[in-house]
Formats: sequence, structure tokens, C-alpha cells
Amino acid sequence: MTTTTIAGVAVDTNDEGFFTDPTQWTEEMAPELAAAADIGQLTDRHWQVLHFMRDEYFEKGTGPTVRLLGKASGVSVKELYQLFPKAPAKTAARIAGIPKPRGCI
Amino acid sequence: MSDTIEKVSIIVSKGSLEGIYPALIMANGARAEGIDANLFFTFFGLDAIHKKRFEHIKVATVGNPGMHMATLVGGLPGMSALATHMLEKKMDEFDIPPIPEFVEMIADTGAGMYACKASVDLFGLSEDDFIEQVGSIITVGEFYEIAAGGEIIFT
Repeated sequence: MTTTTIAGVAVDTNDEGFFTDPTQWTEEMAPELAAAADIGQLTDRHWQVLHFMRDEYFEKGTGPTVRLLGKASGVSVKELYQLFPKAPAKTAARIAGIPKPRGCI
Repeated sequence: MSDTIEKVSIIVSKGSLEGIYPALIMANGARAEGIDANLFFTFFGLDAIHKKRFEHIKVATVGNPGMHMATLVGGLPGMSALATHMLEKKMDEFDIPPIPEFVEMIADTGAGMYACKASVDLFGLSEDDFIEQVGSIITVGEFYEIAAGGEIIFT
């Protein structure tokens, strides 16, 4: 576990850069986290995914996979890969301040 | 972090449910991790992208010791359909998508999908037989060009 300073606040992250305590996250941290993940300006579509990620995490204890995001977040799988190129669920989890989602599908 | 996989090319050669799913799960999982993925469908694996067949993929109940079923019982009419139905029900509970939906989703993740030319010719098929997500019908040589620099997985 490491302590990282994001938007002027010290937070706990693991060695992959995921938050270990999602309650430490605030919306003000998202732009800085997004920039670190090579995502430019966060749009409303990005935010829709980020809010969904956090809601799912707090409800179920784990973040959603791409499959679930595509099914239930209101953003299609195709668009997810446009908004968060490379690994959408992982990248969105990083920016939304939740642990890495675990799931095979 | 030099020990990372950047690209996988997965060959799907089987047309049974248990032959197709692992390849699809691995391709989808690769894309979820940010790994480039290609699927190359050959021989009976072509059924997974065949418009009329990909909704009717069955689990093998004969010649499949993993089913723990006597060969004679497995060969009874309707046994394969029954086993498939039961497995599909179970998979739905775990939110594993049916093959048509899964194949389309994997295409949406940006994975490449190709049909093997030799098999397409052998079975007398053409581009019209396949779902629109299939990029093209390619030769084995072209497959190696696409797979170059990555890992190749045969299933």
C-alpha cells in the first residue's frame, strides 16, 4: 500500500494505482486521475460510467466488468472502448477511485 | 513491466459449446485487460460465426468424459439438447452471455474476427454465411501476419 497525493489530498492506493479506500475519493480528484490514465477531458458520458462504477461498487462490493457496464450503465460496449480506450472497466475503476473489478466476463 | 502480453490471436477449431466458450472468454478477457485480440475461426469453429448456426451450438454428450455420462446414455436422442439447455440456464445465472450476444460484444470491444479460407472453401461457405462482424476470410499466411508479434492460442 502506498500513499499518493491527488488533488492535494493524501489517499491510499495499491501498487497498481487503485484506491484501497473508495471513501477517500472525491469528484475533484477525477480529472487528475483521468490525466494519469491518458484520458483527456472528462465528458458527461465519462461521468455516467464513473458514477455507475461507484454505485455498483458500494452496492455489491466489487466494480462492474465491461459486460455489466455495457448492459446496465447506459453506455454501450463500443462506446466504452472509445471513452476509455484499452481497458474500460479497469481504467474507469482507477478514475472512479474504486478497487480493480474482478470478473471473467 | 516487460512481462506483459500485448496481443493474443486465438484459433477456434471446435464447434461445440465447450469448444467455443473458452476462446470467447479469453478473447473478451484480453480486451478487458487492454490486450489486443484476434479470433480466427477454422473448421467446425466456423459455426460460432455462422448466421444460422451460432444460435444452436450444443455441448457434446458423446465422446466427452467430462460429462460423466455413459456413452450410450449420452447418445440418446435429445440428450445433447437437454445438456445444452441445462448448461445455458446455469450460465445465464452467472451472467455469461449466449454465444451470439457474446460474439457481437467481443467485436464491439475491437477484437478482430476472421474466418479461415481453407475451411470456408472446404465446407462450401461464403462471406454471406457469416455474421457481419467477421472482418474477412483470410488464408493461414495472412493469419500469421495478423498474429505477428503476439501470442497464439489454439483451442
